[in-house]
Amino acid sequence: MNGIDQSILTLILLVPLAGALLVLLVPERGKMPQSIALVTTLFTFLLTLHLPAHFVQGQPGFQFEIDKPWIGSPAIFYHVGVDALSMWLVVLVGLLAPVGVVTSWKAIKTRTKVFYSLFLVQQTAMFGVFVALDLMLYYGFWELSLVPMAILIAMFGRKNGAKAAMKFFLFTFIPSAPLLVAILWLYAKTGTFSYTELQYFIASGALPVGPLCWVALAFLFAFAVKVPLFPLHGWVADTYSEAPVALAMVVAGKLGLYSMLRFHVGLFPVEARQMAPLLIGLAVIGMLYGACLALVQRDFWRMMAYAALSHLSLIVLGIYGFTFTGWSGAVYQILSHGVVDAALFLLLGVLELKCATTQISGFGGLAKKLPQTATLFVIATLAMIGLPMLSGFVGEFLILSSTFAGVSKGWGIAGTVSVVLGAAYMLWLVQRVFYGEENPTAAAKVTSDLSFGEHAVLWPLAVLMLVMGLQPGLFINTIQSGVHPPAAAVKSGPGRLILMDMQTRMPSEVQR
Amino acid sequence: MTAIFPLWLIPALPFAGFLLNGILGRRLPKWLVTGIAILAPLGSFVVVLGNMFGMFGDMPWPIFLSSDFRVVENVGTWLNVGSLHVPFSFTLDHLSLLMLLVVTGVGFLIHLYSVGYMEHDGAYWRYFSYLNLFLFFMTVLVLSSNVLLMFVGWEGVGLASYLLIGFWYQKQSAADAGKKAFIVNRIGDFGFLIGIFLLIANFGTLTFSDMAVQVSANPALAGGVITTICLCLLVGATGKSAQLPLYVWLPDAMEGPTPVSALIHAATMVTAGVYMIARTHFLFDRSPYALSVVAIVGTLTALFAATMALVQTDIKRVLAYSTVSQLGYMFLGCGVAAYSAAIFHLMTHAFFKALLFLGAGSVIHAMAGEQDMRKMGGLRKKMPITFWTMTAAVFAISGIPGFSGFFSKDAILASAFADGSLGKVLWFVGAVTALLTAFYMFRLWYMTFFGSTRDEHAHPHESPLSMTVPLAILGVLSVCGGWVAIGGGFYRFLAPVLGPRPEEAGSMEYGLMGIAVALAALGWYIAHRLYHQKPGSAQALAEAMPATYKILLRKYYVDEIYAVLLVKPLLMLSRFVLEWVVDFAILGGLAWLLGGTATLGGAILQRWQSGNLRSYAAWLALGAAALLLFLIFGHAMGQNFAIAVRY
Amino acid sequence: MNALHGAVPIAWYLILSALLFSLGVVGFLIKRNLITVFMSIELMLNGVNLSFVAFAHQWHQAKGQIFVFFVMMVAAAEAAVGLAIIIAVFRARATLAVDRIDLMKL
Repeated sequence: MNGIDQSILTLILLVPLAGALLVLLVPERGKMPQSIALVTTLFTFLLTLHLPAHFVQGQPGFQFEIDKPWIGSPAIFYHVGVDALSMWLVVLVGLLAPVGVVTSWKAIKTRTKVFYSLFLVQQTAMFGVFVALDLMLYYGFWELSLVPMAILIAMFGRKNGAKAAMKFFLFTFIPSAPLLVAILWLYAKTGTFSYTELQYFIASGALPVGPLCWVALAFLFAFAVKVPLFPLHGWVADTYSEAPVALAMVVAGKLGLYSMLRFHVGLFPVEARQMAPLLIGLAVIGMLYGACLALVQRDFWRMMAYAALSHLSLIVLGIYGFTFTGWSGAVYQILSHGVVDAALFLLLGVLELKCATTQISGFGGLAKKLPQTATLFVIATLAMIGLPMLSGFVGEFLILSSTFAGVSKGWGIAGTVSVVLGAAYMLWLVQRVFYGEENPTAAAKVTSDLSFGEHAVLWPLAVLMLVMGLQPGLFINTIQSGVHPPAAAVKSGPGRLILMDMQTRMPSEVQR
Repeated sequence: MTAIFPLWLIPALPFAGFLLNGILGRRLPKWLVTGIAILAPLGSFVVVLGNMFGMFGDMPWPIFLSSDFRVVENVGTWLNVGSLHVPFSFTLDHLSLLMLLVVTGVGFLIHLYSVGYMEHDGAYWRYFSYLNLFLFFMTVLVLSSNVLLMFVGWEGVGLASYLLIGFWYQKQSAADAGKKAFIVNRIGDFGFLIGIFLLIANFGTLTFSDMAVQVSANPALAGGVITTICLCLLVGATGKSAQLPLYVWLPDAMEGPTPVSALIHAATMVTAGVYMIARTHFLFDRSPYALSVVAIVGTLTALFAATMALVQTDIKRVLAYSTVSQLGYMFLGCGVAAYSAAIFHLMTHAFFKALLFLGAGSVIHAMAGEQDMRKMGGLRKKMPITFWTMTAAVFAISGIPGFSGFFSKDAILASAFADGSLGKVLWFVGAVTALLTAFYMFRLWYMTFFGSTRDEHAHPHESPLSMTVPLAILGVLSVCGGWVAIGGGFYRFLAPVLGPRPEEAGSMEYGLMGIAVALAALGWYIAHRLYHQKPGSAQALAEAMPATYKILLRKYYVDEIYAVLLVKPLLMLSRFVLEWVVDFAILGGLAWLLGGTATLGGAILQRWQSGNLRSYAAWLALGAAALLLFLIFGHAMGQNFAIAVRY
Repeated sequence: MNALHGAVPIAWYLILSALLFSLGVVGFLIKRNLITVFMSIELMLNGVNLSFVAFAHQWHQAKGQIFVFFVMMVAAAEAAVGLAIIIAVFRARATLAVDRIDLMKL
C-alpha cells in the first residue's frame, strides 16, 4: 500500500473538519461560507472517489485500514477502514455533501457561518460512522452526527424548530445511552473495542448468552430509532418538516441501516436472527403504514417523511431477511435511496423557496412555468417508485424477490403492495404540484426555473439514477463480495450459523 | 443463427430519437424534430424488414412460412446477483418478428400521421420524444428473451402511456387520466411481479426458452404452482390489456392526443398482455384451470365492454370500449389455447383499430376538436378519404366477410366452439358480442358520416396528405390483412413458437361462420333502422328503458363503485385510523407521555434552582457538612455500601 | 520561636480559623446585603488562610505559605471583579438585597 492509501480515510475525516474551522475563521461576508463549504465538500468527494478507484476487488477484510492506539486505558484505538459493504456508502456521503451545500445556497440566508461549519462537522461524523472499526470511536462519531443536527433544527426550523429539535433529541439520544452501556459491557467482558476481535469473541460463544441478548437489543434499539423503524418513527415527520433541507436529506436511513448491517447483524448474527421475524413484521408494517400516511399528508415534507419510512422499512426487510441477495439489494437500495432522495429534496427545496409554502395545495400546474423542475422531478419520482432501468428498481426487486423466496411469500406479497401505493402517492404529488390547473398565487411567485448550480447538481444525479438502473453491476459486484465475508467468518468460528441463500434454500441452522 | 442487422438497433433507434428530441428538441427547428421523429421508427421498421428478408430472401412463398429460425442476441449483463442472472438479451423468432412488424410498421404510420395532427401544438418536440420513447420500450418488451426484461418494457410502455395521456397536463382530466392509468397498471404489475418472484423461486431462471425446456422436461409439472403463476401473470395482463376488473383506465386514457390512442391504446401497448400470455403459453398449457379463467375473463370483458359502447356519444370512447371488447376476444383465443388465432386477431385489430382511431382523429381534427358524435353527421361528402377508409375499418371490425376482422374473429370463435362445453357457452357469448359490435360500429358510422350536419358552426374539411396516406395504407391492410390466414399459412408460420393450432370444428366451422355473419348483418340492420331510417327512434328506445340506458351510460357505475369500495376506504383508513388514531393518538401519546414525564421531573427539580443565592449557599453548606460527616463517621457504613455495590 | 511554639498549640490556631470560617458561612447565609455577603466570603478565605499558615509553621514547610499567597492573589482579583459586578448589579436593579437578585434560574 502506498502512502495515500494509508492516510486516505484520515484525510476524508479531517478535510471537512478543517473546512468547518476555516468557515468559522473567515468573516461572514458575501458568499464566503458557502464557497468554502462547497470547495471543501467537492474536494472531500474527490477524496472519497479514491476508494473505489483503488479498492482491491475480492480481497476479504478491510482495506485502507489504519489501526493506531489512541488512548491506553481504556484501550481505544483509532481504527478505521472500509470494506465492500461500506465503501460505496462513504462515496455516497461524499456525493451528497455538495448537493447539500447547493440546496442550502439560497435557502440559508442568516448565520451562514454557524450553518456551514456545523454542516461540515456533520459530514465528518457521518464519514466516521461508516469507517470506524473501534466501537468507542464509532460511538463517538455516532453521537457527533446527532449534535449538529439537533442544533441546526433548533436554529433553522421553519415554524417550530425548538420543539422539533427537542423531539429529535429525545428520540435519538435516549437510545444512545443503552448503546453506550452495551458497548462498555462488551469491553468489560472482552477488554477490547475492536470490531473484528469482538466479532470473533461473540462468535466463539465465550460470552454469556443471556446478557448478550440484551446487548444486541440495545444495539438494535439505537439503530431502529435512527432508521426509523415502525413504531419508533415519531420524530421523522417533525424533523423533516422543520430541518433545513440539506440535513433532512442526510438524517434518516443510511447511518441506522448501515449500523444494523454492520453492528447488529454483523456482530450478533444469532441474536439478530432470533429477532428477525419480529423485525420483518415491523418492516412490512412500516412499509404499508408509511405509504398509507404519505397518501394523506398535506405538507410535502411530512409526506416525504412517511415515504421515507416506507422506503427505509423495505431496506430493513432486506437486511433481516438474512439472504445474500437481500443484503446486496439492501445496500444497493441505500445508495439509490440516497441519490433519489437528494434530488427530490433539492427540488422540493427549490419549490418551497420559490412559492414560500410547503402545503401541497399551495401548488398546481407549475409544469408550464417550471418545465425543467418538472422534468427532473418526474425522473426522480420514477426512480423512487421503482421504474425498471432507473436505480430504484434494482434494490426493490432484489429485496422483494429474496423475501419472497427466502423468507415467506406472505411478507413478500404484503411488501409488494407498498410498490403500488408508492406509485399512487408520488404520482399524486407530481400531479398536484405540476399538472392540472395553474395555481395563480403560486405561479405569480415563480420567476425563474432552475439555476445553473441546481442544474449542475441535478443532471449528474439523474444520469446516475439511469446508470445505476442500467448497470447495477458497477456497484453491486463489489457490494456482493462484501455481504458474503461476515457469514464466512461466522462459519469458521466455533458457533455455527449457516446463512440461507435464496436459491440454495438451506434450512436455517443455528447452534450455540 | 445471427441477424443481418443487430437486433439492438430496433429499440436503440427510437431511443436515440427520444434522447435527441427530448434534450435538444426545444432548440431544434421543426423540420429536424420531425425528421428525427419519423426516421427512428422507420429505421426500426427497415431493420426488422431487413432481417426478415435476410432470413427468407431466397425462399419462395409459401415455403418460408414453414421455415424454422430463432435469433438470440446478448447485448450485456443487467443483473447478476447471487444465482440470479438477467442479461440484456433479445430474441427474434416468429412471434416477435410478427409483433415487431406490427409495432414498428403501424408505429411508423402513426408517427407520420401525427406530423399533420400535432402540427399546431406548442410542445411538438415533447410529443415526438415521448412517442419514440414508447416505441423503444415496446420493442424491448417484444424482443426480450426473459421475463424481467419484458417487465422493463412493460413498465416502460406504461410510463410512456402515462406521459402521453397526460400530454396536455394543464387539463385536469388529462392529468387525472394519466395518473389513473399508471396506478391501475401498477395494480396489474403487482400481480406480474409476484408471478416473476414465483418464477424465480420455482425455475431459478427467467429466460423464456430455459423455462420452456424445464417445463417440457418435467411432465409432472402442473397444477398448483403453475396455476398460481399463470393467474399472477394474468393479473398483470388484465392491467395492461384493460380486462375486467382493471379495464377502467382505458376509456379515460382517451384524454391523450388521438394518434396516441391509436398507437398505444389500440394497436400496440394494450395488446402486450395477449403477447405475454402467448410468450408464456408453455406455462398456461399446463394449467387448464388458468386457461379457463383467461377465457372467461376475456369473454366477459368482451360482452361487458360492448354493452357500454352501445350508448357512448363520444366517438373516442366508443372506440375505447370497443378496444376493450376486442381485447377480450384475444383473451378468449388465448384461453382456449388458440394462441395463434389470438395473435392473428391482435394483428388485424392493430390495423383496423388504428385506422378507426386515426379516422376519428381526422374527423375530430376536421370538426375543430369536437368529439361528440351527436354534433357530427353528413361528413361522407366532405371527407371522402376518411369516410372510405373508416368504412373499411368498420366492416373489418364488424366481421363482414372478406375483411380482415372477419377471419380473425371467426378463427377465435371457432376455436372456442371446439373447446368443450365451456367453450360452447363462451362461443355463444362471443357471438352475441359480435352482434353488439356490429351494432355500435355502424351506429358510429351512421352518426358520423350520414344524415345532415348537426353543428352549424363547423366547417369540416379533408385532412392533409400526411394524415390521409397512413389512413389509406391502413385501409388496405384492414381489408387484406386477414387473407394471410387463408389456407392456414399464418398458423403454420407461428407454429414453431406457439404450437399447432388446436383442433378445429371442421365442417361445423362453416355453420358457425354463417351464424356469425348473420349476427353481424343483424347488428348492421338494427343500426341502420335506428340511426339512419328513423333517426328519432334510438331516443325513443332509450326513453322506453330509462334504467338500463342510465346504467349503460354511467358505465355500470364501476368507477363510482371502485371509489366507494377501494379508494375512499383506503384514504379514510389512512387519515382517520392510521394518522389520527395510531400516529397521533397512540404513538404520539406515548411519546408525549415520555416527554411529559421528563418535563414533570424537570419541573420538580427546577424548584431547587430558585435563583436565590443564599439557598444555593445553604445547600452547599449542607452538602459539605454531610460529606464531612460521611468522611468522619461513615467509614463502617461506607464499607457496607461498597459490599452492596459489588453484589 | 520555641516559646511561641510551646505557648500556643496549633489547635488554638485551628479553632480560631474554624471560628472565622464559620462566622463567614453564617454571615454569607444570613446577611442580605451583597457587600456584607462579599465580606463574609473574604472572612472564609482568611479563615482558611490562617489554617494554612498554622500548618505550614507546624510542619516547617513553605508550601502552605505559598498557597496563602495564591489565595490572597485570587481574593484580590475576585474582589476587583466582584465589586465591579456588584456595582453593575446595583446600577441595573438599584438594590443590593441578595433575595431580589434571583436571575440565576431557568
